Amino acid sequence: MAKNDSGRIGVYKRALLAGLWRENPTFRLLIGMCPPLAVTTAVKPALTMGLSVIFVLVCSNVVVSLMRNLLKPHLRIIMFTLTISTFVTICDLYLKAFFPDMSEILGAYVPLIIVNCLIIFRAEACASKAGLIVSVLDAIGMGAGFTLALCIIAGIREVLSSGCIFGFRVMPGWFVPWASMSMPVGAFVTLGLFLGLVNTFTRKMKKD
Amino acid sequence: MDRFFVLLTGFLSVVLVNNFVFTKFLGTCPYVGVSDRISSAFGMGLAVTFVTTLSGTLTWLMDDLVLMPLGLEIARYICYIVIIAGAVQLVEMYVRKFVPSLYKAFGIFLPLISTNCVVLGICLFLDVWETDNLLEAAVLSAGVGIGFTLAICIMACIREQLKLADVPACLKGMPITLITAGLLALAFMGFAGMIR
Repeated sequence: MAKNDSGRIGVYKRALLAGLWRENPTFRLLIGMCPPLAVTTAVKPALTMGLSVIFVLVCSNVVVSLMRNLLKPHLRIIMFTLTISTFVTICDLYLKAFFPDMSEILGAYVPLIIVNCLIIFRAEACASKAGLIVSVLDAIGMGAGFTLALCIIAGIREVLSSGCIFGFRVMPGWFVPWASMSMPVGAFVTLGLFLGLVNTFTRKMKKD
Repeated sequence: MDRFFVLLTGFLSVVLVNNFVFTKFLGTCPYVGVSDRISSAFGMGLAVTFVTTLSGTLTWLMDDLVLMPLGLEIARYICYIVIIAGAVQLVEMYVRKFVPSLYKAFGIFLPLISTNCVVLGICLFLDVWETDNLLEAAVLSAGVGIGFTLAICIMACIREQLKLADVPACLKGMPITLITAGLLALAFMGFAGMIR
């Protein structure tokens, strides 16, 4: 009995931790690449985006997991997207009502969460097969991994493009801000180089 | 004549100046996923162009004729998604029937167009840009698709050459593609300021 329990806890733990590093959506699986490029000019919008994604991911995984036995294969994707778009609408209206300035900055990227591959991928790969608790833990883990990735990229870009982070100056006075870091080119190059760094690390870890 | 110029500048603006891939980062997934051979890249571009034109126009009509008069803006995203999924289904059926070779080449990517950011992106940006007539909406939607095709074809050409280049092992694949995209975005920034 005890052994069975620890096995179940092991499954839960794996589901929760997979998204953080081993299957990090941005750095390892390379899905949902729009937000890491588009909303990472500063940490604050990136964090808002990450939290919105966590909310939508958890809610949609719960609903998909509950209705997984009713799904017909050819209507699967449309059911997923309808579920997701309902929750994105809720999230969008909430942001508009309580954080109007963040909603202004994020603009069309909040509704674009609907077509973020990450959420549909988790619905398809996890929630439509696994039970409720595993789905929720998986959603929290994946969402946290995604938020982490967004914040890392946003942190690098914000420090280099303005010398500040959350509005506090962190770079010394002689630092000349790199204007290009806040432009599209900065997004692509930062993410590209960071992925290169991640690859190097994982390769080293494998060797050891 | 005036209206023609408005349409022309709008078209050039979405193809070159406000290219969705390079300035708004929409459609990055297929952009790095399907761009390793020029033939599949071009096919993907055409399919996306077709779907954006169709769904951009349809969602604009839906917004203008149904949602706005009834005050149902709250259900906007859900309606958009249903229209896009319908349009994609139509394209999929058409391609499977009439161009089976292309259907095989697309594989999984064709159904995935319905979750392509470019397609939902144009529907949303038509609203942000306050497009006020049907023709403009149709031209802008087609322009976005053509801009995507342009971007993905340039990328495919570069990546075909890149296969012969000596890339550091850790940058192989995705990272070098993203860095190349960054340099392309830099090049496309040269168009900025030409038209708004």
